[in-house]
Amino acid sequence: MGSGSPQGQARVAPRCVGRSIAATMLSMITVESLTKTYGRGMTAVDDVSFTAATGRVTGFLGPNGAGKSTTMRIMVGLTPATSGTATVDGRRFTDLPNPGRDVGVLLDASAQHAGRTGREILTLAQRTMGLPRTRVQEMLDLVSLTEDEADRRVRNYSLGMRQRLGIGAALLGDPHVLILDEPANGLDPAGIRWMRDLLRGYADRGGTVLLSSHLLHEIEVIADDLVVIGKGRIVARGTKADLLAAAGTVVRARDSVALAAAMEGAGLKITAHADGSVHTDASSDRVGEIALARGLVLTELRAADGAGLEEMFLELTADTQREGVAA
Amino acid sequence: MSTTVLTTARPEPATSEERSRRAVGRIPLSRIVGVELRKMFDTRSGFWLMASIVITSVLATAAIIVFAPDDQLTFDNFAAAIGAPMTVILPMIGILAVTSEWSQRSGLTTFTLVPHRGRVLGAKLLAAITVGVVAMFIALGVGTLGTLVGSAIAGVDPVWNVSAMHFTLIVLGSVLGMLFGFMLGLVIRNSAGAIVTYFVYTLVLPPLLGLLAANQRWFADLQPSVDYNFAQRPLFDGNVSSQQWQHLAVAGALWFLLPMAVGLRIVRRAEVK
Ligand SMILES: Nc1ncnc2c1ncn2[C@@H]1O[C@H](COP(=O)(O)OP(=O)(O)OP(=O)(O)O)[C@@H](O)[C@H]1O
Ligand SMILES: [Mg+2]
Repeated sequence: MGSGSPQGQARVAPRCVGRSIAATMLSMITVESLTKTYGRGMTAVDDVSFTAATGRVTGFLGPNGAGKSTTMRIMVGLTPATSGTATVDGRRFTDLPNPGRDVGVLLDASAQHAGRTGREILTLAQRTMGLPRTRVQEMLDLVSLTEDEADRRVRNYSLGMRQRLGIGAALLGDPHVLILDEPANGLDPAGIRWMRDLLRGYADRGGTVLLSSHLLHEIEVIADDLVVIGKGRIVARGTKADLLAAAGTVVRARDSVALAAAMEGAGLKITAHADGSVHTDASSDRVGEIALARGLVLTELRAADGAGLEEMFLELTADTQREGVAA
Repeated sequence: MSTTVLTTARPEPATSEERSRRAVGRIPLSRIVGVELRKMFDTRSGFWLMASIVITSVLATAAIIVFAPDDQLTFDNFAAAIGAPMTVILPMIGILAVTSEWSQRSGLTTFTLVPHRGRVLGAKLLAAITVGVVAMFIALGVGTLGTLVGSAIAGVDPVWNVSAMHFTLIVLGSVLGMLFGFMLGLVIRNSAGAIVTYFVYTLVLPPLLGLLAANQRWFADLQPSVDYNFAQRPLFDGNVSSQQWQHLAVAGALWFLLPMAVGLRIVRRAEVK
């Protein structure tokens, strides 16, 4: 994309790749034209629309301050939207009779009364939802909090323990939809693996999972679908597979300056990197032709793949990054 | 934390048949009130605040028995001694019932599980009133015991000089104090801020208004109906004229109902984060 990229324009059309998710799968979470403005013209969420489908893990991706948490808070009624709607099973969250039984929510694991024990926090939720008492111990076992830890006050919990407790609280009501804001935050590698398997299995058995992150790698492993947001706007969405396929081509030549010039001359949008590689949306076929025509020696020519997804993520959110894209 | 995090248990998302079978009903208000009551006791600070109701009652009673002359071992003196700490503790309970959701940020969970702030706050109000009334009956019990024990020790006949009506008025006065705290909690939504404001209102404001009334004729006439502290005093004396009821209603509307309505409006729209 580089210099003449559409990101320079004021409004970026969401980059929707492949078939519409909503058309082919039953969607559980539907967000439509959600907008949230704070005072002084600050727009945290700008006309955001997407769906999260049943049986799939939808990754909600964006750099710091992109509006992920704000969108999620609006979805569960903690923040009033300026306009637009968010529904679960076609119903607004606030219209659900007992929301915890349908939707498991984890927004901020540290937002708990520091003086309560982990077990007590789960017990309060269990009572509110009207669940059997045994459910609390089941969840403590599930998230691997020991008896001793469960009876400790949350003030003395480590970040990872809080996160586990929060995941336990989200799963307590046996919901079929999960909305998780950076659930891997603070988990150790084994914990991240555990959560990944848990969410994968949960979706495979018919659950709907929406989870946010600003770490592409974290989400890349687990998500089926991606929604990329930057500066409050959706910049890309689609299945991970389609987005990967569309991630473009990476090419390297002995004379990288000539290669870049040749590609630009041919009208390709390119990003030249310091390491001499050049990234483009065009197919490797097309790049090969150009190189051949100019008699350039290529040292590498391949589909961009995972690295390309990161590339794309950085590009799509380039004008929203705190530090510009390392080019 | 155990290092082996892999557990065999798997969370099963409820299938659609399961969901329609369990036909989830709306959370009843009684259940929310129960949870809110539990929240008042389930932290160390909350527990000791509740325990302080009993502790201060017993201490105040003991002090009367030890220090008061024999002819002062009357029920109304016990009631007054026990009532004094109660007028501080109950408003604190009212304040913290609301502010902890914001100061401790537990509101994020509370208002997600019950996404109707009016219902949650209504439940909190009911829970607070329940605690207030029960506290007053504990005070009544301790005061009765104190009068019996005190007069037995002194060898005099117990003097029961507080009528059921008077007690009812004291309960009302104490609960009104508690509700005032609740209102402050709702408007300020910060524990420290609300507590400081409460003490400014009860300790700093009355002498200032008294000074104003002593020096300004127009305010002296107006004070009974605009000074909520002042208007509540007759309740504790056990004698309220119909005019004083009117004053209480006007001052209450001004100092309690109005800010409460404003606070409710704000809270229902405000962001919880
Ligand atoms: N009450 C508020 N007033 C003004 N601006 C706000 C308010 N709340 C959030 N914002 C702004 O909205 C934007 C989106 O914030 P949000 O927390 O949703 O980001 P995020 O995508 O979750 O980021 P992160 O990855 O860092 O968690 C930020 O610029 C933030 O400063
Ligand atoms: Mg966030």
